Amino acid sequence: MPVREIAGVHVDFDDEGFMTNPDQWTEEIAKALAEEEGISELTEGHWKVINFIRNDYKEKGQPPTIRRMNKVGGIATKDLYDWFPQGPAKKAAKIAGLGKPQGCV
Amino acid sequence: MKKILILGAGTAGTIMANKLHQVLPHDEWQVTIVDQNETHIYQPGLLFIPFNIYTCNDVIKPKRDFIPQEVELIMSGIDVIEPEKNRVKLANNQVLSYDYLIIATGSHLAPDETEGLLGDGWNKNIFEFYTLEGACNLQKFLKHWSGGKMVLNIVEMPIKCPVAPLEFLFLADWWFTEQGIRDKVDLTFVTPLPGAFTKPKAASILGDFLDKKNIHLVTEFNTGSVDSSANKIVSFDGKEVEYDLLITIPTNMGDAVIERSGLGDELNFVPTHKHTLQSKAYENVYVIGDATDLPSSKAGSVAHFQADVLIENIQRAIDGLPLVEEFDGHANCFIESGFGKGLLIDFNYDVEPLPGKFPLPGIGPFSLLQETKANHWGKMMFRWIYWNLLLRGSELPIQAQMNMAGKTK
Ligand SMILES: Cc1cc2nc3c(=O)[nH]c(=O)nc-3n(C[C@H](O)[C@H](O)[C@H](O)COP(=O)(O)OP(=O)(O)OC[C@H]3O[C@@H](n4cnc5c(N)ncnc54)[C@H](O)[C@@H]3O)c2cc1C
Repeated sequence: MPVREIAGVHVDFDDEGFMTNPDQWTEEIAKALAEEEGISELTEGHWKVINFIRNDYKEKGQPPTIRRMNKVGGIATKDLYDWFPQGPAKKAAKIAGLGKPQGCV
Repeated sequence: MKKILILGAGTAGTIMANKLHQVLPHDEWQVTIVDQNETHIYQPGLLFIPFNIYTCNDVIKPKRDFIPQEVELIMSGIDVIEPEKNRVKLANNQVLSYDYLIIATGSHLAPDETEGLLGDGWNKNIFEFYTLEGACNLQKFLKHWSGGKMVLNIVEMPIKCPVAPLEFLFLADWWFTEQGIRDKVDLTFVTPLPGAFTKPKAASILGDFLDKKNIHLVTEFNTGSVDSSANKIVSFDGKEVEYDLLITIPTNMGDAVIERSGLGDELNFVPTHKHTLQSKAYENVYVIGDATDLPSSKAGSVAHFQADVLIENIQRAIDGLPLVEEFDGHANCFIESGFGKGLLIDFNYDVEPLPGKFPLPGIGPFSLLQETKANHWGKMMFRWIYWNLLLRGSELPIQAQMNMAGKTK
């Protein structure tokens, strides 16, 4: 599994650039990952999403769906797409230091 | 008499009724089970109906046939659960009190959650196969369909039997070939997930499976609406996919009784302890099968493995012992892959589907993550096992917990 230096620290990633150990995550890493995804600045809205995703992951053991971000996190689906264009579920999970949303196989 | 009440006589509820009947003294415990429908549907068989492999009658039997005599079976809707008062109100106005409650109300389709899905095209060129009615309607439609663009769309996750959509596509590829019209049918899979196979091992072994079958793939598509007049599905970010025939897997939700009772999450699934199956909110309420909010697959095999743990825990609760944390998310699913072949996957919360042999290490007869004829026969045998062993709570030669023996990393 590739280890890469980001935001000045060594972090474990999978082959598709998702962090494999959520405990290594810091806000600095999030900023650097966001930049790699073409998001130059993380606004208040972005942080709301990232914090919700991380807290929900701790509770549920998997990244939340778009419906859950909406119904439980209070994040409008339109905002989500504005803040994390093209595949918000995947992109936001990546920046929040979690794995890719997965099916069972 | 003390009372155990089971809500829902589907796969999970029926297994639990049988197991409780086997282990509890009949002069001390009254087991009651409630369901709104007289008919038990073998849901894994729904997959085969559109392609005429099963008839609509092949998948149904009376629920009563699978509930032991001494277990009280009440046919009624369930109105509301009042866990503070340890009682449940039924649609027929009966009020049932309980010492322990088992929620097994499953999950159902909610097409009304998607704008336009129930519009003009519904049952004309938009079909689903997750209900008996839907599968039978689709069978009639496909009989006379001459080809075009068939799109299979998963509206959102989670869905029950998450591999059924892939199986449907593989069978469609086979069926249209048999009908001699495969060259006139364009098959496209539209999924909210980042791929058809998302787990690393499965993705590396089965990555080219769709290509080989000439099935097109659209990923990360979160369906926002369906436009029946223009025959297209539209994602939240404005991407469009056109269809002539739309096979939809609508949003799956827990029953409305869960919402009415204030017991559910955003999809009416009940928050449940991952390893014990106790509900998070109430000590004497347990949850099993598709009704839970657990990240395990919503599948009959999972309900069966859960039942092995739950029957232990109910007895422990009765005896005042701590619960065992033994449910590991184990799932075991045959995947029909068309042309008389199938795949098999066996996995749990922590271990992704891996290649190997099952259930006997090195011997099989089934092969994991590999396409074989034996796996297809396993899938077809499952119906017999389901009616005759699984529902009746008999021991199957497979352990509740996943086993690493026979698997290769
Ligand atoms: C197309 C398809 C293919 C599948 N293939 C497979 C497969 O190959 N292998 C596999 O293992 N699984 C498969 N499954 C999944 C499997 O069928 C389900 O996971 C399983 O049936 C879940 O059992 P359950 O008891 O939780 O829910 P169900 O069996 O759905 O039972 C729920 C019961 O609760 C009752 N109920 C709900 N609400 C109320 C209410 N308010 N009042 C009264 N009664 C109520 C319902 O009437 C129903 O009888 C498939 C499912 C589908 C749809």
